[in-house]
Amino acid sequence: RSFPERSESHLIFVGLQKIKEDVPSKNKKSQFVSISKNYRSVIRACMEELQQNAGKRHMTHIVSILLAIELIWNLCEVLFIDAAPAGSLLLHLLDWVRLHKSDVDARAREVLQSDSPAHHQSYWDVVISLVLQGRVDEARQVLSKQASLRAESSSVFKRMDVLLHTMPIFNPTGTQTLTEFDVKWRHWHEECDRCLQDNTFASNRHLETICKILVGDEDTILEQKELLSTWYHFLVTRLLFTHPTIKPPDLHYYAQSSMSMFLGLRASPEPLDIILLSAFEFDLHQVIKDCSIALNNWWFVAHLTDLLDHCKLLQSHNLHFGSNLREFLVLEYASGLFTHHSLWQLAVDYFDHCPEFGRVYLELQIERVPLDTERKAIKVLRICEDRQMSEQVRSICKIMAKRALRNNRLGSALSWSIRAKDAAFATLISERFLQDYCNKGSFTDLDLLDNLGPAMLLSDRLTFLGKYREFHRLYGENRFSEAAKLLLSLMTAKIAPRSLWMTLLTDALPLLEQKEVKTQTTHALQSHFTLDEDIESTKTELLRLALARNLAMAIVKEGTIET
Amino acid sequence: MDPIAKYISQKISKTRWRPISPALLQQPEVFATGSWDNENNSVSIWSVGEHGVSNTDGEFDEEPQLLCASQHDGDVMDLQFLDQDRLVSASSSGAVMIFKLQPDCQALSLAHVWERAHRYSCDNTPCTAVVCRSPELVSVGEDGRVTLYKADQTEVVRVIENADSSTIHAVTFLRTTEVLTVNSIGQLKMWDFRQQSDSPAQILSLTGDRVPLHCVDKHPNQQHIVATGGQDGMLCIWDVRQGNTPFSLIEAHSAEMWEVHFHPSNPSHLFTCSEDGSLLHWETTSGSDMSTLLQIPVAAQPDTVCQQPRCA
Repeated sequence: RSFPERSESHLIFVGLQKIKEDVPSKNKKSQFVSISKNYRSVIRACMEELQQNAGKRHMTHIVSILLAIELIWNLCEVLFIDAAPAGSLLLHLLDWVRLHKSDVDARAREVLQSDSPAHHQSYWDVVISLVLQGRVDEARQVLSKQASLRAESSSVFKRMDVLLHTMPIFNPTGTQTLTEFDVKWRHWHEECDRCLQDNTFASNRHLETICKILVGDEDTILEQKELLSTWYHFLVTRLLFTHPTIKPPDLHYYAQSSMSMFLGLRASPEPLDIILLSAFEFDLHQVIKDCSIALNNWWFVAHLTDLLDHCKLLQSHNLHFGSNLREFLVLEYASGLFTHHSLWQLAVDYFDHCPEFGRVYLELQIERVPLDTERKAIKVLRICEDRQMSEQVRSICKIMAKRALRNNRLGSALSWSIRAKDAAFATLISERFLQDYCNKGSFTDLDLLDNLGPAMLLSDRLTFLGKYREFHRLYGENRFSEAAKLLLSLMTAKIAPRSLWMTLLTDALPLLEQKEVKTQTTHALQSHFTLDEDIESTKTELLRLALARNLAMAIVKEGTIET
Repeated sequence: MDPIAKYISQKISKTRWRPISPALLQQPEVFATGSWDNENNSVSIWSVGEHGVSNTDGEFDEEPQLLCASQHDGDVMDLQFLDQDRLVSASSSGAVMIFKLQPDCQALSLAHVWERAHRYSCDNTPCTAVVCRSPELVSVGEDGRVTLYKADQTEVVRVIENADSSTIHAVTFLRTTEVLTVNSIGQLKMWDFRQQSDSPAQILSLTGDRVPLHCVDKHPNQQHIVATGGQDGMLCIWDVRQGNTPFSLIEAHSAEMWEVHFHPSNPSHLFTCSEDGSLLHWETTSGSDMSTLLQIPVAAQPDTVCQQPRCA
């Protein structure tokens, strides 16, 4: 499914989570409505992009699903988020219907732009469609094309024009109260009815039809099935002309009967119809449940439910289930993101906002992200470190370190061990170095060993390695006295691994021959070696000999010069 | 000026302005992007201002428009323009590729690949960075190799095997025959291609913890001044003639710094971007000596900065 939609909606989601609890509810409502509109524009943008690739069959299917999603979301916004009261409610429902029945505009344009609009075959269809949608001014405009042609019937058209012109439309921001509007509307309604009783429009069956619609005659409205095309359009039109001051709780009765009347006995409602009906019945729970099953789109239910939860609408429905439902859906959505090769990064923010299980889910999923490059591993690590997921940090660093070690990249391996503060692995790396040294007789990767810095302290073995290399360097620079001292300190500190004592001994031997090496040092070295039982006897003999010689020389030296 | 955001269907790893001839006295209008972490990655060319109208301040109001693109095998780890018509990429597959851009920007096609420029004995390994000074290219990778190429030659000019026991994350030219690399144990190494030996001419590092370095850039006018950034978000300015202490150390970011750039014509300005989601603009206050840097906030609302670090 579309990538930009995921990315953009992710941003909206994160923004929504940040809305503070203590903001007064009036301001919050407008924020929530705005966020709802943002989500819907993401859906529409996605649809537009898909429609540009139209012609492919599965694309049309996806577009129709998106249309359904937007339809449902829009209705939920009107009924639940904006929660329009009586008066405004119908106006919002009219907008809703108009938005989702856009072919009227195209047809109207076609008629108006033709050579002779009044004789266009769709002329009356357009007029009636506009009336059905409550777009009376536009209807009047199209009607005026007819009126100018036939002077003798102009009075009839003028009469209709007056009816349409005087139709009261509730103004939510005005000073008129709902009751005042209702009174006005009833007067107008009676006026329309009088026209019918007087047979005012008997000369023109179309105008007669329109008048019947204005009066709210259900049979006439129902006859316009083709133009209405859906039962919910029928519902809204019906309400417009019979009950414009409808209150939210009364909606469901009209919705149920509208659907039955429109579909008739033969047709059965589709999943979309059921969902919309549940919405009109203000059964949020049912809406979410049916959407989850019918639409197979976690993106939709997760984001919508999250928004509804923020509006505190889920809590009133089923207290102990409310916030868990939201979290469940968000977790499902985010888990799906995580399996996507590139969207996993977005999923992290979703998990962050699931207080109960988000962390656990993240801990489990983050280790499954394939670590193809070091850069990617670093990004994954940063996510873990920011959330103090130390176990995952260790595990990822170990994977990277092992991989590096397998490819003989000892510097890289060490770098990963340092990041994880993994002393055990640092020891492993050091052993590898020492092994290489024993096999080859020299150190590899001197650039690393000579520049270990404080990292050396990560593990004893690593410290030994660094110091041992330093010992070799000093020896190579003929700084024997310092070299010997260093070797001695290594042994005193007991960080030399057992396996290397033989090697150390071999290194030490020539040192003992050097004049510079002080007696003290020599004695000390000697004592270390002679205590060890594992050392080969020949070498021990050599050592004893060398020591004896050196001792003798030293005694001579000390005897002759004051040191 | 508020940044313009456009959502596209790929994660972008690198973006680079196409160079234009200085004689034109214009701002660049075309830029390239490279993607990563997608099933199919690509290198794309975009334009700003060709379709839109720039207002009197020279600002663009329109979203960038896609001109052309080409498939890219592997993540785009680095991207550099070799010249006006050629683009070089470093791939996670270990290859280094040259793409040719048609003069009218109508098409982008693969002109040459050095497969497996970076590799282990059995596996491929990512090439992490590439730098160009036409006709020469240098690439570095997780395998610790430094490779020198000439744009029109199939055979690689020179390889320094085992230049580093850790991953080399970035490289920059110092002089024509000298490059500077930075690695994941916090070292800067200078390499002189005139020298026969495969050892670095110089090694620099901060005393203290071995923090991996991820980016490096050279001062446009002064060949011995470089800026580096790394895992701890620290911005350092070094004088490579003067050994182991950078003369400027700033705690720029709270996470990895991915790129640092001196402004090419106004080098008292620097730009850094980071995994912490921010792009910062720095300015030195004391002339050429770079000892103080002030942070200038880039005008961006915190929640529109996306998680991928963008690079200037």
